[in-house]
Amino acid sequence: MNTPVKPQLIVIGNGMVGHHLVEQLVEQGALERYAVTVFGEERHLAYDRVHLSEYFSGRDADSLALSTTDYYAEHGIELRLGEAVFAIDRNAGEVVTDQDRYPYDRLVLATGSYPFVPPIPGNDREGCLVYRTLEDLDAIREAAESAATGVVVGGGLLGLEAANALRGLNLDTAVVEFAPRLMPMQVDTEGGELLREKIEALGVQVLTGRATQEIVDGERSRHRMVFQDEKVLETDLIVFSAGIRPRDELARDCGLEIGERGGVVIDDNCLTSDPAILAVGEVALWNNSIFGLVAPGYQMAKVAAATLLEGDEAFKGADMSTKLKLMGVDVGSIGDAHGDRTPGARQFRFLDPLKQQYRKLVVSSDGKRLVGAMLVGDNSYYDTLLQYYANRIELPEDPASLILPAGSGAAPALGPDALPETATICSCHNVTKADVCASIDGGAVDLGAVKGATKASTGCGGCAALLKTLVDHELESRGVEVDKSICEHFHYTRQELYDIVRVEGIKTFSELMEKHGSKVGHGLGCDICKPAVASILASCFNEPITDAAHIPLQDTNDTFMANMQKNGTYSVVPRIAGGEITPDKLVVLGQVAQKYELYTKITGGQRIDLFGARLEDLPAIWGELIEAGFETGHAYGKSTRTVKSCVGSTWCRYGVQDSVGMAIRLEDRYKGLRAPHKLKFAVSGCTRECAEAQSKDVGVIATENGWNLYVCGNGGMRPRHAELFATDLSDEELFRYIDRFLMFYIRTADRLQRTSVWRENLEGGLDYLKEVILEDSLGIGEELERQMQAVVDTYECEWANAISDPEKLKRFRSFVNDARPDPDIIYTTERGQLRPA
Amino acid sequence: MTIANAAAKTMTQTWQTLCTRADLVPYSGVAAWVETPEGPAQVAIFYLPGHAQELYAIDHHDPFSNANVIARGIVGDLKGQPVVASPIYKQHFRLEDGQCLEDESVALRTWKVSFKGDEVWIEA
Repeated sequence: MNTPVKPQLIVIGNGMVGHHLVEQLVEQGALERYAVTVFGEERHLAYDRVHLSEYFSGRDADSLALSTTDYYAEHGIELRLGEAVFAIDRNAGEVVTDQDRYPYDRLVLATGSYPFVPPIPGNDREGCLVYRTLEDLDAIREAAESAATGVVVGGGLLGLEAANALRGLNLDTAVVEFAPRLMPMQVDTEGGELLREKIEALGVQVLTGRATQEIVDGERSRHRMVFQDEKVLETDLIVFSAGIRPRDELARDCGLEIGERGGVVIDDNCLTSDPAILAVGEVALWNNSIFGLVAPGYQMAKVAAATLLEGDEAFKGADMSTKLKLMGVDVGSIGDAHGDRTPGARQFRFLDPLKQQYRKLVVSSDGKRLVGAMLVGDNSYYDTLLQYYANRIELPEDPASLILPAGSGAAPALGPDALPETATICSCHNVTKADVCASIDGGAVDLGAVKGATKASTGCGGCAALLKTLVDHELESRGVEVDKSICEHFHYTRQELYDIVRVEGIKTFSELMEKHGSKVGHGLGCDICKPAVASILASCFNEPITDAAHIPLQDTNDTFMANMQKNGTYSVVPRIAGGEITPDKLVVLGQVAQKYELYTKITGGQRIDLFGARLEDLPAIWGELIEAGFETGHAYGKSTRTVKSCVGSTWCRYGVQDSVGMAIRLEDRYKGLRAPHKLKFAVSGCTRECAEAQSKDVGVIATENGWNLYVCGNGGMRPRHAELFATDLSDEELFRYIDRFLMFYIRTADRLQRTSVWRENLEGGLDYLKEVILEDSLGIGEELERQMQAVVDTYECEWANAISDPEKLKRFRSFVNDARPDPDIIYTTERGQLRPA
Repeated sequence: MTIANAAAKTMTQTWQTLCTRADLVPYSGVAAWVETPEGPAQVAIFYLPGHAQELYAIDHHDPFSNANVIARGIVGDLKGQPVVASPIYKQHFRLEDGQCLEDESVALRTWKVSFKGDEVWIEA
């Protein structure tokens, strides 16, 4: 008897859309029906092309990867990377690679597109490259090593991305665009002019209205580009980024229907002219359009997976509205932004040449509907405008108010009750207002629960602010009062308590309780609010935590300035800034450990942990450590822990900056800073990143020109890569931004919230954080720096403070009426050291 | 996990001095040795100046971690009852009667304790 064999499904292409298709197949249960094989021409597993430029600013191929080979293996999908398909034999039902022929029952083309290189004589010279794959980027990086100047041909979205990458490689960069303005698809003449000004201000030369006639040998540089007006531009490196073309040659060769200007024709179910074959993504031509964005590709992938399972989902086209940040410049485009596809459309324009902002509204002839919009310089208007457009909401009487600056008669942002039930809130996961309401009616009582139930705002996060407003509004209208109180003793959040303490200058817990406590119980507080208030007081006023007024607030670790272990003894961690320690000090640590019988272990933060210290021995241990020049390491506090570093340029062949020196300066500045949770830092001396800075709250990586700053990473239970926050900073800029970042975190985070979780919950996400910290959009930059300076100026080693005060030392007696040590602490020996029995 | 506290009460208990007011830490705890009919025991003394009951004496031994650490926990009140939170695994124990709020079957021993002038006396 024959075992029934599953039909073979082959996917050609493992780009973003090809991979999303695989995920959809898994999610929709197609693997029970089909045996799936995926071919990828590149040797890399699908990676995030949208963030490709970050490859030059420190991200590696692994961190750009969208999945793992384990994922494919787990689901029994055969993944054949580095194996290009060169023919489809429809008669035999086989695909052909250079290694073998593979039979298929169903086939999906997800071959994507290739960069268009204009047919210019000389376009194949050495050093003429494209910008599409990781291999392309490797080639650009290699070529840039021996180049001083670079030109990007093409001033569209990808062209500007490429220009930014060249700039990042320290090339003198120019952009050459054939059209009379940059980003001709998205912006008009005024918008293009503003964009040019902003990009030129970044030191990138912009040449528009230039058609390159030929590329020949240069005199001063490697190449000379000759334009239609016979003007010339010399450069060492040329990157073509002049649009994309569908990779439809496989389909063409096997006789599938192809569009006039390329692209595999598909119907609403993503089926090609051969119903055994489907196509998705940038190779597919639907209704005479190619969709060069990832979101429509994802929608096609979802539809294609459904089609393979006989479902009846249909692709109905996609909105190409988009908001971008290119080289730090906001550009937004909604619907018919040029107003040339809507008969009788009327336009409103607002231009602020000083602030360099431009906004345009395109409205229907009756003035009631928004049919398009264009933004340059400030995308904060985008969300509201998109809702008017996508949900066909009737415009206010004076539509111009929607694009006027706030405070000048501008219309308020669209409230959540103005949105129709069908309004799309999250376009990544296609969640509507009705879906959100349904999840609330189904028992979701807060933002987190709504996110979990609907997946809304778990993709790009662009809708986070809108979703929160909607959820709050819906909860409120259902009479749900969301209790955000920190505990029963204060009807305030941690953030509110922080503001109260700051504004009113309250310096003790008892004063705060008296003035703002909930007056329940005995006013004692509890183990939730007391350490939280202690942390706030320390962040604001930095008085010694061992002062009488503060001591009852602290967790045992802070009270005894050591880390309690499971048998009631403590571990001691002196500060070893940057992980640098002299041999003399190492000897002292060994001697102290011998004398007090301590177990010693190297920590992950490049320090030495001494375990098993009895409470009553702590003052003597610290007396000896301080004598030898050590200070407290705050390993016990929700505070700055360590700044890990690699050895850097002083010793390493590859180092480009002195990472140890910087680590010591950072640790010295931020030591003792108390925060909602612990803070870990690291500094790497080059992009090899030996200090693992990208797993820290604050990560610093040296560049040729200064420092790249990463924020909000952590290891632990749920590791999170830190995100690139700012590049090529000077020492002063680095300190200024870290000052602001940390103080803003301390001011706005919840209790025991690491920077990573804080960042994920931050409305507006990374862009908002950048605006606040780098652009000072809230105007609080100086204030935050001042507050940090106050903490720095009042730093004092807590152990030095304690051992000079006999009253404080009384606290370290094992028993108040007996000097005997606790007889229940019993040790045994293991691997030559003591450990709890 | 059950902590017996019935047996001690049937035996002869006497008041004894423990320490002085200056040994205590306001709104927090200290540890002391106390002689009981069963032998010496470690006791945690909590001092809440200005409150109706200013002194509490409760077992210093934490039954969840088996370490002697209760005096080093944070004092607070939950739903109107003064409690201490174990510094190791954070269970709350009522100061009044030693009852663990997270586990009905667990209670710590407690002792009567009071000031005589500036001296702290305990009945054990």
